[in-house]
Amino acid sequence: MSENAILVENLGKRYKIGAEINRYRTMRESISGALTWPVRLLRRQLTPSTETIWALREVSFNVRKGQVLGVIGLNGAGKSTLLKILARVTEPSEGYAAINGRVGSLLEVGTGFHPELTGRENIYLNGAILGMKQKDINKKFDAIVEFSGVSKFIDTPVKRYSSGMYLRLAFSVAAHMEPEILVVDEVLAVGDAEFQRKCLGKMSSVAQEGRTVLFVSHNMSAILRLTDEAIVLDKGSLVHRSPTAEAVDFYMSSGFSQEGQRIWQDQDIPESSLPFIPIALRVRDPRGKVVDRARSIEPLTIEMEYKLEKPIQGLRVGIYLLTNRGEFVFTSFDVDLPEMYNKFATRPQGHYVSRCQIPADILNEGQYVLGVNASVNRVKRHFQDEHALTFSVDAMGAPGKQWGEARLGLIRPKMDWQIEEIA
Amino acid sequence: MASASKPRNNQAKVKPETLIIKPSRGLAALNLRDLWRYRELIYFLTWRDIKVRYKQTILGAAWAIIQPLSQMVIFNLLFGNMANIPTDGIPRPIFTYTALLPWNLFSKALGDAGRSLVSSRNMITKVYFPRLIIPLSTILSGLVDFAIAFVVLLGMMFYYDVTPTSSIWVLPLLLLLALMTALGVGLWFSAWNVHYRDINYIIPFLTQFWMLASPLAYPLSEIPEKWRLLYSLNPMVGVVEGFRWALLGTDNGMGIELWISIGFAVLLLVSGVYYFRSMERTFADTV
Repeated sequence: MSENAILVENLGKRYKIGAEINRYRTMRESISGALTWPVRLLRRQLTPSTETIWALREVSFNVRKGQVLGVIGLNGAGKSTLLKILARVTEPSEGYAAINGRVGSLLEVGTGFHPELTGRENIYLNGAILGMKQKDINKKFDAIVEFSGVSKFIDTPVKRYSSGMYLRLAFSVAAHMEPEILVVDEVLAVGDAEFQRKCLGKMSSVAQEGRTVLFVSHNMSAILRLTDEAIVLDKGSLVHRSPTAEAVDFYMSSGFSQEGQRIWQDQDIPESSLPFIPIALRVRDPRGKVVDRARSIEPLTIEMEYKLEKPIQGLRVGIYLLTNRGEFVFTSFDVDLPEMYNKFATRPQGHYVSRCQIPADILNEGQYVLGVNASVNRVKRHFQDEHALTFSVDAMGAPGKQWGEARLGLIRPKMDWQIEEIA
Repeated sequence: MASASKPRNNQAKVKPETLIIKPSRGLAALNLRDLWRYRELIYFLTWRDIKVRYKQTILGAAWAIIQPLSQMVIFNLLFGNMANIPTDGIPRPIFTYTALLPWNLFSKALGDAGRSLVSSRNMITKVYFPRLIIPLSTILSGLVDFAIAFVVLLGMMFYYDVTPTSSIWVLPLLLLLALMTALGVGLWFSAWNVHYRDINYIIPFLTQFWMLASPLAYPLSEIPEKWRLLYSLNPMVGVVEGFRWALLGTDNGMGIELWISIGFAVLLLVSGVYYFRSMERTFADTV
């Protein structure tokens, strides 16, 4: 028991869907609700209840003291709910969690910052909100300011800060509260590359000091770098736990079609997608066959089939290619070229396929993930699925294959080498 | 809110302590201990409210004086020159101003506390701390305005040659009574406000009504004897009349009325705290 920093048993959180969507009610609705209550009660008896959803259900796991555990999952998988429960922001509906040690969470970067107060004042205020004592803040004040890199503006109201400075200061306060258990949610999306590097460094030093870290991120390379074990959440359940590399692989390929094509059913398509209706995403070899294993020495065709119920002006349909570690290889849209864009400025109602070819001798061997995006730039994202399909690439016959070693790098282009004797 | 209970057996300080997070059932324990642990946060939030109050205004803290003074002028025109309501023999400006000070403290505290949870939404949905701190810290910040306006009162007393009575020491207790009442009602309202934003519209209306039901423009002695006890259920009756009694030396024969005021204020506060605590667990999900 004492070896566990966190022990979670059968934890569940149920939300009322109504309460989630219209956050609050007016009294009138509540009164009319009370009047129609018998009717609703009766109806509920007849139809299975759809009014609540389980954001988290029967989740059990433990985190050992000093362990850095990654939590991965798609949006809506329950990651944030889990962290909110552990940070005591919201209460579970069932089950329990036992926590040994003070929890600090980086869900809360900048919470309580007041725009009219200066940086210095906000450090004290924010520190108090995070549960720090004034004398602790006094002690760490210089370190916080230095880490944030805004020391020149420390007596300026934060409303005059750039958003980057604001976030850096906020992160610094949170990063210096030194809890025994640190819960981190996606903060690494904050700030410029330099500051992100600093944050990662801070986090690994926290981990090395033997403190327990629960780390949630969509950034697979950060997860891989910082954690040695990870859990995967899917639709509120814990579906996988293993060493991180394996867990990331599981996450990147789980639940997706392995047959080289992904077909969307009606229930997979959100309302917001309309009038764009995705039908299928396929990978084909040069002979037109749908494949889940492609050869690197052959060109590869990616095709996206979809319907438009109504014409859409400015629509672009594109793909993302990622490695199974979540690194982007490239992003490309069907109307990237100006002549294509002009030709398809408004795409009429109809049934379409957007098709592109990945040239031969580009991809390295390994597992790849394809995502799709259909959007009108800066106006509306109709449909997005970042993990629509996985396929593997085999480098059989590729240049250099005879050496028998794995080639480092995302790509494995066929290079045009020349060797010249100059002396 | 997650109930933070510790194993019963760790009398001795065991580090680190185990915190059990589980669904809470029934009336939540008050958990005043947690409130104590976070006492610095009360201080910082109050300090923030004070600091920010008059930022980017030209007149700044002068507003703390301008508001009650202009109210006083209006009251004098309405109730003195036009309605000619008696004032127990006290000069009308000071009679009104003395009453307006605790009243303004109260009405501002009530309004701020009622809206406090909703306006602190981003803190509630992100960090744990005892939620009681939010309404609690909002009611305290008004004390600064009160102190500033009080200086003007002292000037007026000097001008009208009124000497405070030896009972002036009860003023802090009366302020406490006013704040307790504001907190009690504010707790009910702030918790309701999380679910029903109607409260935002009810607060100004209720405050106006409450003002007329408090002896600001008229003395308690104008209320017929038979209604006095019922009237005194309003704790602000005790506060306002108490202020006049302690500062101006009015003898309004307050006795049992004050105790009724106090009793009702305590009832409001205790029920408010329990209601707040029982609703607390849903705040982060609904606000």
